[in-house]
Amino acid sequence: MQNPIPLSELSNNKPDAPNSRKNKAIAASKTDRIIIQIEDFVLSDEVEMLEKNNNEDGAVVTFCGRVRNNNLGQKVKGLTLEHYPGMTEKSLQKIITNARKKWQLGRITIIHRVGKLLIGEQIVFVGVSSKHRGDAFAANEFIMDFLKVKAPFWKKELTETGETWLSTKVSDTHKAQEW
Amino acid sequence: MIKVHFFAALREQLKCNDIKLNVASPITVEQAKQLLVEMHPNWQQFLLNNSLLTAVNHELVEEDYIVNLHDELAFFPPVTGG
Repeated sequence: MQNPIPLSELSNNKPDAPNSRKNKAIAASKTDRIIIQIEDFVLSDEVEMLEKNNNEDGAVVTFCGRVRNNNLGQKVKGLTLEHYPGMTEKSLQKIITNARKKWQLGRITIIHRVGKLLIGEQIVFVGVSSKHRGDAFAANEFIMDFLKVKAPFWKKELTETGETWLSTKVSDTHKAQEW
Repeated sequence: MIKVHFFAALREQLKCNDIKLNVASPITVEQAKQLLVEMHPNWQQFLLNNSLLTAVNHELVEEDYIVNLHDELAFFPPVTGG
């Protein structure tokens, strides 16, 4: 898997074409990309999509979340991510809409993987472009904070003692409430 | 008829992905839960858990929300993505 959307489409500024690939949904907007997929993504390709033919924005802020090998003092072997198809995309779109109300933003990409993931694998990507860095920095963190507490994804952790569904962290709830 | 979906830990606890509620008129989320418990008494401990979230047509709602016929109802634990 390389680019979920051919770069040529983006450079023509056409709305994202419907993609027939299974487990993938793409928002029908030329500046918002919301992708849920099993496959990995390539960071440099994602940055390129935020930057290509985008001469208005001087700032691009990206965040990538990965599977780490430890949680709450236990060794973690991997994760399984489940989501609620349909609701997930709507929930992420709502978060983007709220971010656009607060800051002046250019392009926004959210990618979230589902299915089985191993240590070190990429889970989530949030990329935001804006004219100046302040808006992109703030919006990127805002989107991640709300994705954590609003978007219907669930992680099941595989440790040496078996599989366990994770509980919500109180700190995540508090972080979203601060906005 | 209202279709009900379950996700993540709840789906595994109930051993059920989705189920149909045969109702003739709109009901509240709370009533939907009661109906499910009547159908499956052993679901009570899982469905009456206060931390459970509810969505109707992909929007989060409260217990008193009225679910119309043909709405999509879903119950799931607090989310843990990212």
